[in-house]
Amino acid sequence: MTAGSATSEAPGIRPAPRRVPLAWLGLLPFLLFSAGFLLLPIAFLVIGSFQTSTGEPTLENYSGLGDPYIVAAFWNSVTVSLISAVGGGIGGFLLAAAVVRGGLPRPLRTGLLTFSGVASNFAGVPLALAFVFTIGNNGLITLILKDVFGVSLKATGFTIYSQLGIALVYLYFQLPLMLLIVAPAIEGLRREWREAAENMGATGRQYWRHIAFPILLPTLLGTTILLFGNAFGAQATAFQLTGGTIPLVPVVIGAQIRGDVLRNQGLGYAMAMGMVLVMGVMILVYVWLRRRSERWLRS
Amino acid sequence: MTAAVTAPRRRRRWGSPWAWLIFLLGVSYFVIPLIATIEFSLRAAYKDPVTGEFIRPSLAAYELVLKDPKFVGGLLTSFRIALITIAVSLLLLVPTAYWVRLKVPRARPVVELITLMPFVIPPVVLVFGLIRIYAPPPLAFLNSTFGTEAVLVGAYVVLSFPYMYRAVDTGLSTIDLRTLTEAAQSLGAGWPRVLWSVIFPNLRGALLSGAFLTLAIVMGEYTIASFMGTKTFGPYLSLLGQNKAYEPAAGSIISFAITWAAMFAIVIIGRANRGRTQPAGAP
Amino acid sequence: MFLSLSGIRKQFGDHVAVHSFDLDAAEGEFVSFLGPSGCGKTTTLRMIAGFELPDAGSIRIAGEEIGRVPANRRNVGMVFQSYALFPNMSVADNIAFGLKMRKVPAAERKARVAELLELIHLPQSGGKYPYELSGGMQQRVALARALAIRPRVLLLDEPLSALDAKIRLSLRQEIRAIQRQLGITTVYVTHDQEEALSLSDRIVVMSQGRIEQIGTPSEIYNAPATEFVARFVGTLNLLPATVTDAASGRVRIAGRELRAASAVEAPSGSSATVALRPEAIVIGDGGSEANRLDGSVSDVTFLGSIVRIRVRVEGVDAVVALDTFNNPHEAPPRIGDHLRLAFPPEALLVLPHAPDAGPVAGDESLAPA
Repeated sequence: MTAGSATSEAPGIRPAPRRVPLAWLGLLPFLLFSAGFLLLPIAFLVIGSFQTSTGEPTLENYSGLGDPYIVAAFWNSVTVSLISAVGGGIGGFLLAAAVVRGGLPRPLRTGLLTFSGVASNFAGVPLALAFVFTIGNNGLITLILKDVFGVSLKATGFTIYSQLGIALVYLYFQLPLMLLIVAPAIEGLRREWREAAENMGATGRQYWRHIAFPILLPTLLGTTILLFGNAFGAQATAFQLTGGTIPLVPVVIGAQIRGDVLRNQGLGYAMAMGMVLVMGVMILVYVWLRRRSERWLRS
Repeated sequence: MTAAVTAPRRRRRWGSPWAWLIFLLGVSYFVIPLIATIEFSLRAAYKDPVTGEFIRPSLAAYELVLKDPKFVGGLLTSFRIALITIAVSLLLLVPTAYWVRLKVPRARPVVELITLMPFVIPPVVLVFGLIRIYAPPPLAFLNSTFGTEAVLVGAYVVLSFPYMYRAVDTGLSTIDLRTLTEAAQSLGAGWPRVLWSVIFPNLRGALLSGAFLTLAIVMGEYTIASFMGTKTFGPYLSLLGQNKAYEPAAGSIISFAITWAAMFAIVIIGRANRGRTQPAGAP
Repeated sequence: MFLSLSGIRKQFGDHVAVHSFDLDAAEGEFVSFLGPSGCGKTTTLRMIAGFELPDAGSIRIAGEEIGRVPANRRNVGMVFQSYALFPNMSVADNIAFGLKMRKVPAAERKARVAELLELIHLPQSGGKYPYELSGGMQQRVALARALAIRPRVLLLDEPLSALDAKIRLSLRQEIRAIQRQLGITTVYVTHDQEEALSLSDRIVVMSQGRIEQIGTPSEIYNAPATEFVARFVGTLNLLPATVTDAASGRVRIAGRELRAASAVEAPSGSSATVALRPEAIVIGDGGSEANRLDGSVSDVTFLGSIVRIRVRVEGVDAVVALDTFNNPHEAPPRIGDHLRLAFPPEALLVLPHAPDAGPVAGDESLAPA
């Protein structure tokens, strides 16, 4: 570089003021709002998880997660979420396939999908109550089984107040969520693919095995993972159902909010962080899988 | 291409038996709990004093619930909070989405990430953080009813982010934003006018859908409301469920009916929207 | 005849998509189905492929009735308008799919795939995925996939409609070259008459579920059997006329007596439509035997190498277009100029009026010698 290149602009001409920062000001309301009601609360939790009760930095909250009670809570949550995710995944896929490709009358499909929109929001207190009324100790099905079939639900060991029971209740919003996401994906299978496959000599089963299912797999997998995260974070339903008798991560956190059951705020924050981590990982995997399948289908 | 109506030989007229089986199983799973709840809600009738058998179904439980001032209070409070949430959400997100599309496309990933965060932050964690910030001084909002409701609205708006923003963004993607704005500006409109008269009307369908979805979410929400001690519908139902026998069933059915009505409205809006003419000028 | 369709009929509810379709195609022949949307050409093609079942009639390949054979056992190869490549498989796997379904061993599959990639000039693309390819490349892969199984008949459903004009041209030629090389009987559906004319050995022109005419490109263009064919293929001038003497081929237009080259189908005294190709008309008196019309220029359009002049014919509510080559040394006529137009008797095509007249095998006197 020669010495004469020090001034690259003609004298007297200033570079135009950068307009980018100014335009970002338009986002200020949104950013402030998000900060106040989303980002800062989370940030405080994060910071709090690294603090002792006197405010000094520490990692002991995280090591405290090894406490057997907390480990049990995580373990229960994982189990419940896994069962309801896999159950919801398989069930939702079968339902979607039945209603989209099974040759059922069209109104059934519309009805089921609309209902799914409702059911996916029906979590929480009313859902828990509804299942108590169904297969609780005095539930309708329990009584029918006893009076009509002579089967005592209690004798089989099944109770709604268990991991399996909670998972069964969770299915009520897991299945619809899977259905709502997977049904359009199945519909997106173009008719020409099936015809091209037939043209190449494939039977219906071969078409599903070699083409339809592989194409759908990322979505199926991804949505199942989404379901896992969905169940992991659910608090209201579980709490209403079990009253806190079965430790689940969100329920323990809820109890912590109410009345410091862990005797250590920081531990509560660490648990919350653990939960966020789990869900964050799930979402990332979901997004990654969706991206991959979208890339294939782009043409 | 010739008519797309096909009748491939392999499809039987009435659908495969497997499909019917799966469908019926699915429907049973969804419907039976509702039936059980309805049945329970009708049990608040008179027992035969001798046999203890229920004599006849009655709507007594519904009567009790509907007459309960706490029910009406809770419902109205939830409704009020929902309306405020929707208004704030719209006022916040529509201009933001518009701004991002028009002026700061590079901010898009950031904004989208923020609007998707509620998926990663479950309500119980969010309320944990909110209490952490707003309970102790200096920001002791949660000490007053007004402050608590304000924080509640804030939380609900955040909860509505994924749905509202997505609805608005999709709606915006169907209209030619830049051209409409420039046309309006060339005719003398300032920013607020552009938003109000040009953008909002074209988004009506998307906004209404988002609004009803938010309504359904807020009406049914329990976690945040209860931890903040607000007297909305969710906590009321929970209280009912802990104290009474038959009224909770009635309450659940009412809650379900409300959600149904909101979803139904969305479907109707969706149908009406499809019939609307496309924005003029699209070739 | 290698591929035979006789009496094929297809109805969807109330709508009859194909009325009664008959075709005999020789082995190795390239036949196009040409017509506007909704004319039944795609439906007929899909019946050959087996995706629709005909309500009546039979389809035979090499004498064998295939009407009842399921689509996945017919051994015909189909190329779709939307390519329909399987997005979850590489190019090589796509091409090999039909072979895999036939349980061809892996080594042989690999060799065949390589062979086909060479044929479509994409030898390095075996590992790519459909979303990485352009439309034209995808369609070539689709063609290779259809050919991999060595089908007896190749079916193409508007394969170029989704592509850019330039790719369309080059791919069109490639398809024809490959077809010639392999000698495979081919049915090609299109609504683009230029495609049909340039590619086919024979063309089936269809309208509203019926065959209007079957003939070579030259027959279709020069001797259209019905008004529809005349209108659909190429640009055509149409004039209303009255047949004065059918036997000698005389008609009257605007008070003038004009002569066709041979006897006319329509009876004397009836009204008919007369068709004239723009390139057959010259300005001036023409030869001694020429027909003549007078009129005034209504429009002159410069199209580059061709100048198209529109002339309002005297005495008749019709505008005739004629094409002359661009001559930089000669100014074209101006609007309002009086012109005399001349054309030989052979250029005068008299078409019967009835739209349901059905296919005519082609006027012998006008067929190329």
